[in-house]
Amino acid sequence: MAERGMAREMTARELLRWSWRQLTSMRTALVLLFLLALAAVPGSVIPQEDVDAFAVSRWQDQHPTLTPVYEWLGMFSVFDSVWFSAIYLLLALSLVGCIVPRTGVYWRACRAVPPAAPRNLTRLPDHTTYTTAETPQVVLERARTVLQRRRFRLGGNPSADDGADAVSAERGYLREAGNLLFHVSVLVVLAGFAIGSLFGYQGGVIVVTDGAGFSNTPSQYDDLSPGSLMDPDVMEPFTFDVTDFDIEWLLTGPRAGMAQKFVAHLDYREEQDGEQRSYDLRVNHPLTIGGTDVFLIGHGYAPYITVRDGNGDLAYAGPTIFLPEDQATFTSFGVVKAPDARPQQIGLEGLLYPTFALVDGDPMSLFGDVRNPRISMLAHVGDLGMDGGDRQSVYVLDKDGTRQLENPDGTPFRADLFVGESVALPDGAGSVTFEGIQPWVRVQISRTPGKLVALTGVVLALLGLLGSLFIRPRRVWVRARRAPGGETLVEVAALDRSSGGDVAEELERIVAGLRPEEPEDEA
Amino acid sequence: MTDASWEALSNQAVTVAGVVYFMALLAHSAQWAALRRLPADQVPEGDRTEVFGRFGVLLTVIAASVHVLALVGRGLAADPDRVPWGNMYEFTLTATCVVSLLYLALYRRYRLAWLAPWAVGFVFVTLMAAVIFLYEEVAPLTEALASPWLVIHVIAAIVATGAFSLGGLVSALYLVKARAAAKQPALVGSGAPAEGEAPRGILARMPDLPALDRLSYRLHAFAFPVWTFAVLISGPIWAHYAWSRYWGWDPKEVWAFITWVVYAAYLHARTTAGWKGRNAAIVALVGLATLWFNFIGINYFFGGSSQHSYAAPAAVVERVVGVSVAPPGQ
Repeated sequence: MAERGMAREMTARELLRWSWRQLTSMRTALVLLFLLALAAVPGSVIPQEDVDAFAVSRWQDQHPTLTPVYEWLGMFSVFDSVWFSAIYLLLALSLVGCIVPRTGVYWRACRAVPPAAPRNLTRLPDHTTYTTAETPQVVLERARTVLQRRRFRLGGNPSADDGADAVSAERGYLREAGNLLFHVSVLVVLAGFAIGSLFGYQGGVIVVTDGAGFSNTPSQYDDLSPGSLMDPDVMEPFTFDVTDFDIEWLLTGPRAGMAQKFVAHLDYREEQDGEQRSYDLRVNHPLTIGGTDVFLIGHGYAPYITVRDGNGDLAYAGPTIFLPEDQATFTSFGVVKAPDARPQQIGLEGLLYPTFALVDGDPMSLFGDVRNPRISMLAHVGDLGMDGGDRQSVYVLDKDGTRQLENPDGTPFRADLFVGESVALPDGAGSVTFEGIQPWVRVQISRTPGKLVALTGVVLALLGLLGSLFIRPRRVWVRARRAPGGETLVEVAALDRSSGGDVAEELERIVAGLRPEEPEDEA
Repeated sequence: MTDASWEALSNQAVTVAGVVYFMALLAHSAQWAALRRLPADQVPEGDRTEVFGRFGVLLTVIAASVHVLALVGRGLAADPDRVPWGNMYEFTLTATCVVSLLYLALYRRYRLAWLAPWAVGFVFVTLMAAVIFLYEEVAPLTEALASPWLVIHVIAAIVATGAFSLGGLVSALYLVKARAAAKQPALVGSGAPAEGEAPRGILARMPDLPALDRLSYRLHAFAFPVWTFAVLISGPIWAHYAWSRYWGWDPKEVWAFITWVVYAAYLHARTTAGWKGRNAAIVALVGLATLWFNFIGINYFFGGSSQHSYAAPAAVVERVVGVSVAPPGQ
């Protein structure tokens, strides 16, 4: 009964205070840090939606049973998940609960004088004693000078006449300031990161060289992920064309076949009617327009393919973006859809070999550069499923309502064309021409407000960290009094107030300063 | 000299450095084999062990110089010349050099004679492992790496990795000694005089546990801000320029973050009651494990989705008509 009574005495308020204490204790902070580290692990092992959406869908195809469970757990976007957010928010709360009271303590400590000397200095682990013929006053006066020169703050008895027999001194007040600065800065970084993901946006678009160009509106993006609080008006109304794309292929050496020195030449206008300017967009050298950055992050090829339908009318013409499947040879996959073809719609899908060769009878691309381009495409006719109004990927051919065209002998028909060649489709369905080829570039456009906030935060955090690691707070006491023999007994003690300091050296130097004759004796 | 001869020079220098490190290891082993039998508070008679010790340090200095030469040669072998930090082999080559130089720099100040066989052995083994498993020919950099941030970001990561490794080595020795001391309290040096002879053995000649802990802390305290700079300042700045986002939860970034958090926990643990000493040392080793996993594990096992994967590329891509391809935005 007594116990129950006690238990009942813990009111809601006490419970709250108890929880707050628990949350803000160092032990909890440690556990939360470990949890944070542990919680980040799945984000590196399981494909993440934000990092590589394609890898996620491939993983989901391979693991049909685990997928719903993982989805429920948020494993495909760990860093946005409830549990990950919970950990870092608790950590931030614990941080606040640690910073606020410590700031108060620090404020008082900064203004407090160094505490008076303990009665028995020789009980401290780091101490030294010696006797001298000088009077205690002289010794203490010199101690003050020495300590002041070593940038100690003197306490207790600034004048020598108050009869006290000891000097106390402290230094290293900035360590705690550094520590607090570090912890506050962590919150600043979090704020900067949050601003970026809430109010910013990033998106990607593939732009064909000498093609249609790009203007910065949501509909022009291939993919766009706006922050949840983004105001669409912040999208700067710039436009650009990619006029040319340079690339340098390595022909020799261990990295032969690798491409280097990509340059996309842009003509851009910051506003619709603005002045036209040029910029050479390169990797590591983004174009900045207002608060938005434009990056070059990929490249590939767009063959110009013309499709004529069964009536001989033009059904499709223009550059078609093919996506590289292999960064070494740039063998690329693409789809052509000609929904206007009559009597039947025509769809093509297949590969582009930039440097085509037959190796042991297998078609392949030997090289990423366009040396001998060839397309090799299968043809389908029928309903491409584009009339229903559902959004379709331009890189996927819906073959549910189509029939694959075949040669008279029953083998699948394949349009294998070099540049300038044409082929008639079987069954009089039309014809396909490979007119030419242009490179495309993949451009990433992002606006990340708060990045300077985050950068400032992390730089301040580093400064605070340096202060909190390398400033050594310590207290020193010097006591001098007449010994029975008429000489003066001097006791010096030092206390390291950080963890990891070694005050022996400091003590040695202070004593050396107190006994100016000592070095001469030794010399 | 041509690029090819610089490359050959670099490779030969690595071999020479390896051999000299091994000789240094032998010298220190001889030294410690002799010291092992003496009570810890006695200085050996005759100066034979002393000579072995000095010889070991001298050899280490020579090996480290040749090691530096290997780095320079590696950098000059590239066309255009560049810092030799472009792949895992070069990273390990430099990081082991940092460990070796750091150990030599601190040798006198912290009286590291007791650490000699461990530090030299660690450098030797790691360097040889790099030669056997990680070697790559000198090659031009991929486009994203060709940036001044390569110098800033990677050297910070390398220096931090070297210092964390050395700190982890000290923490490991701390744990070994703490375990032995729990069984044999005389080892700590406290009650030794009363029981007559001081304890013998290599562990007894190491500094006492607080001193080991302090040294380990100092190495970590040096490495942690450098790591912070590498991972949270220069890395994001470079990532912004090269990949259009300053932080994208790339696997490498995730693990660098994990390492940072674990070492932050180590620094906190050292000031938390009940976590000091042994537990803090364990946390430091966990941190080191995450650091090395990030280097090896992410590059080899989860590298597919990482833009940081500098392990030799395995370009196995299905080339069949109809293979699905990332449809952007759908």
